[in-house]
Amino acid sequence: MGGGTVIVESNNDLEAQIAEWRAYVHRRRELLQTDAEELEDHLRSRITELTEAGLGADEAFLIAVKRMGSLDELSREFAREHSERLWKQLVLPGEPDAPAAARSRRELLVMMLCAAVAALAIKVPALFGLDISGDDAGFYVRNVSLFALPALAAYFGWQRRLDRRVIGVLALLFAIGAVAANAYPLADDSQSTVLTAIHLPIALWLVVGVTYAGGDWRSDRRRMDFIRFTGEWLIYFVLIALGGGVLVLFTAGTFDAIGLDAEGFINSWLLPCGAMAAVIVSAWLVEAKQSVIENMAPVLTRVFTPLFAVTLLAFLVAMIWTNEGIDVERDVLILFDLLLVIVLGLLLYAISARNPAARPGLFDKLQLALVVSALIIDVMVLLAITGRITEWGFSPNKTAALGENVILLTNLAWSAWLFLGFLRGRMPFARLEHWQTRYLIVYAVWAWTVVLAFPIIFDFV
Amino acid sequence: MHITKDLVAASATPLVLGILAEGESYGYAILKQINELSGGQLEWTDGLLYPLLHRLERLGHVESAWETPPGGRRRKYYRITDQGCAELVEQRRQWAAVVDALRGVWNISQSITPITAPAWEAGR
Repeated sequence: MGGGTVIVESNNDLEAQIAEWRAYVHRRRELLQTDAEELEDHLRSRITELTEAGLGADEAFLIAVKRMGSLDELSREFAREHSERLWKQLVLPGEPDAPAAARSRRELLVMMLCAAVAALAIKVPALFGLDISGDDAGFYVRNVSLFALPALAAYFGWQRRLDRRVIGVLALLFAIGAVAANAYPLADDSQSTVLTAIHLPIALWLVVGVTYAGGDWRSDRRRMDFIRFTGEWLIYFVLIALGGGVLVLFTAGTFDAIGLDAEGFINSWLLPCGAMAAVIVSAWLVEAKQSVIENMAPVLTRVFTPLFAVTLLAFLVAMIWTNEGIDVERDVLILFDLLLVIVLGLLLYAISARNPAARPGLFDKLQLALVVSALIIDVMVLLAITGRITEWGFSPNKTAALGENVILLTNLAWSAWLFLGFLRGRMPFARLEHWQTRYLIVYAVWAWTVVLAFPIIFDFV
Repeated sequence: MHITKDLVAASATPLVLGILAEGESYGYAILKQINELSGGQLEWTDGLLYPLLHRLERLGHVESAWETPPGGRRRKYYRITDQGCAELVEQRRQWAAVVDALRGVWNISQSITPITAPAWEAGR
């Protein structure tokens, strides 16, 4: 009986050893599940042969592993044969196994459903006689975010299994947005229409952020994830838009060649429906490839931070050198708002990809230089402009532009202060991250204020 | 005797195809057969057989299927295709030419000089 126990024990040992070896193999990206299985079968055959020749299980295992060759060499050979495996595959899981595949297929279906809803939603007003390319363009401009974003929120709500009460609150916010965009008696060419068209998407995008965070919108981590998501989403959306442009060109060209005019179809179906669906598809792509490919936004940030820093510094030097004041025109505020948005974006995506524990390096100093030069330039612009603002009076556009400038300036000024503290080793990097994620609330409040209060304050101008 | 890596690599394809021409087989059995055929002279790193088999499959010389023999483990079997047979014939022609040429070289060199270490090597 004693001999039997020994064999059972050594069998257990062997299984444990093989399991350990299998775990090592699984860690290799070049080796698929089926390859691992094939190699394991080989290993077991070798071990069986060796034990039958009289070796102990331990020795047999060691020799079999040794004869299999080093995993490095093996994965190199596999990589050479299956080089496509190093290019991570995106859309659908290649291997037809595991419940994960079923889940991602279900997600794909729901995503397509939401995209279809978004695409059709923009055609619904046409049923009531509102023409997208004609006189009612103002209606579409004000409501553009109300077609796709509810569908996107629904997708995340489904995927994250949102709480019913949270869904209720979010639906209410969308309803308020719809009322604000349509209930006020605004002329199509009024300033407030334009402001609503710009700010309602921002306000509702942040509402989508709540669904993205699965309702856990107070969490800093989730907010940072949403910032990351936003950057990647934008990149995918632009890529899809580029592809869509090619599609439009071909559609127009090929139909033109056979004497059919596709322009009507393109303008009233292909472009609006495609754009709405692209909102959902981009979001889904970001989620699906999250762990697959390096995120692009931080990469672009790395490339452009030095370039923008140099440009801004050069601009500063030139401004001081020539002693030329900024030519204060009406649009200059908007231009510098956009500059601050870009600098903030560069800062945000550098933060989002940074390892919070890493020591400050050259790139961080560059980042600080970028932020500080943007701040100095903006303060000069503001100083130059305050004298003139009374002259122009407070129109909705001027007020919004000024308000945004102040909001961004505050954010960047405090960021620069925190950044400086971090570079001098007095503050942990997480403080800066915390500041940025907290600040999202300010954007939300401001965007809703512009949408809801501005038309009333400025008498529907 | 140690056979160099290059020679092992060059002879791998015809060996595997030739063995599969006899009937379908799986990795471990193929390796064992190569070992027996070469009298233990041809030593492979076991794992490297599999990338080779996968390459032959991609090229269409062999095809594979997972089978589970009754009471056994699931195992991947390889089978030669018609295209693989044609490739084997071609490889065989090439190897015959190489072997002929080598035979000629051995004959000449044997008749001119006995196999001794060349002078420059002896001088080192």
